[in-house]
Amino acid sequence: MSIADLAFYAFAIMGVSAAVLVVMSRNMVHAVLWLILTFLSSAGLFVLLGAEFVAMLLIIVYVGAVAVLFLFVVMMLDVDFEALKGEVARYMPLALLMGIIILLQLSLGIGAWIEADTARELRQAVTPDPLQIENTRALGLLIYDKYLYLFQIAGLILLVAMIGAIVLTLRERKDVKRQNVLHQMWRDPAEAMELKDVKPGQGL
Amino acid sequence: MADFLQTGLGITLLMAAQGLLVIAFVMISLLFLVYGDRKIWAAVQMRRGPNVVGVFGLLQTVADAAKYVFKEVVIPAGVDRPVFFLAPLVSFVLAILAWAVIPFSDGWVLSNINVAILFVFATSSLEVYGVIMGGWASNSKYPFLGSLRSAAQMISYEVSLGLIIVGIIISTGSMNFSHIVDAQRGDFGLFNWYWLPHLPMVALFFISALAETNRPPFDLPEAESELVAGFQVEYSSTPFLLFMAGEYIAIFLMCALMSLLFFGGWLSPIPGLPDGALWMVGKMAFFFFMFAMVKAIVPRYRYDQLMRIGWKVFLPMSLGWVVLVSFLAKFEVLGGFWARWAVGG
Repeated sequence: MSIADLAFYAFAIMGVSAAVLVVMSRNMVHAVLWLILTFLSSAGLFVLLGAEFVAMLLIIVYVGAVAVLFLFVVMMLDVDFEALKGEVARYMPLALLMGIIILLQLSLGIGAWIEADTARELRQAVTPDPLQIENTRALGLLIYDKYLYLFQIAGLILLVAMIGAIVLTLRERKDVKRQNVLHQMWRDPAEAMELKDVKPGQGL
Repeated sequence: MADFLQTGLGITLLMAAQGLLVIAFVMISLLFLVYGDRKIWAAVQMRRGPNVVGVFGLLQTVADAAKYVFKEVVIPAGVDRPVFFLAPLVSFVLAILAWAVIPFSDGWVLSNINVAILFVFATSSLEVYGVIMGGWASNSKYPFLGSLRSAAQMISYEVSLGLIIVGIIISTGSMNFSHIVDAQRGDFGLFNWYWLPHLPMVALFFISALAETNRPPFDLPEAESELVAGFQVEYSSTPFLLFMAGEYIAIFLMCALMSLLFFGGWLSPIPGLPDGALWMVGKMAFFFFMFAMVKAIVPRYRYDQLMRIGWKVFLPMSLGWVVLVSFLAKFEVLGGFWARWAVGG
């Protein structure tokens, strides 16, 4: 067994057990931390596949940004877990039934899946040869040259979603005092202060 | 001997030895960096600084480290123990980890990977977890506030750091540090380095690096006048030492990044002088001096100012610069001043 095999089994076992622990752990913050370990082990698997660019992006985007937001939300929310558990127990039979049905559907669908003879060639026709070109460059060529419009449309959809979320949550509150930095910077002593010459024994 | 080094065990041992060498370099420089930081700070305030332990107080940091290690580890009753002890480890190990891809001279690098910049960026984006976990696991108000501040701050400034680095990557056409340094080689010494074509971004990178490493004037996560010591309040002894060491190593890493990305790494500034690791170390030391001077002379920012400057000033500027550089590089303006693929990549 080579070192790469060992690394694969280490990452695979770590990833799967961490994923199980995400669901099992009682503490929500611990669950998010296990989720981070799952992301990290899948990044390790990507490195073993030779897709180091995707691995780094996975860490930067999912672990470095998305999971931090998860942690934020989980730490800030005051969730009553005991009440939640009662709810879960009530809906458990229904959820199990639905889960089994979906599992059956999926297994039927995937089991009957036959790949067309030309599929492999069609895929390879658009992908650059991984031996000729490093994968960052290959991915760049695919995203920005080959599938430029699809990529731009995906970006636009995300933009619309973001604007929608901002519009839905934005509210102007009049009763809050705000810091206006430009206003503060442009204050000048001549306007903000007044010098008074106070005579002795008179006061202002 | 040469045969042994070709075997699996030999290669493993060699890699372990190289790794230890880099860690030793980082840790020993850490001792003097903390000392230097305090000395520079003291000099600006016209104090003497540490001057008792060893000649000129040079061994002060060693004494401090020993003191931390031998002190009792105080564990508050309400803490989440596993996470509480994981946090300092995370911040220390990740700070060390990034050094695996930092080259000190031509070929002097532990692992010369193609996505080196992204690796450094990934580790530095993971470092935020040390702070968040520490603040949350302490189960107390001030650490939690400190960790929230820190997380928001580090994420905000990572965005502009990343965009600045994108400009460099566009100019070089590679994410490998050796290629980036090679692209800055030329007949005019220091005028070939990236600080000239990417001039406005040097200042932005420096300021973002200050914010990313929670250095003053952006040390709001541990602002002692507001939050006692932020996320570190409940930590004592070795865990605290690990936090502090991790912080300084991250700062030193930012100095290394500054010199690699903008100031030619190990290239000599004067044409004719030999290149070498000494230049690299010298540049890193110089940038650390700048970090220390900023700490000494700049007052602390207010939190809303920090967020405003990150999102409303740095982000648009660096994004605009990326667009500008893409055009300048694509059309090879000024004879490829911004496009150095031929030299580097």
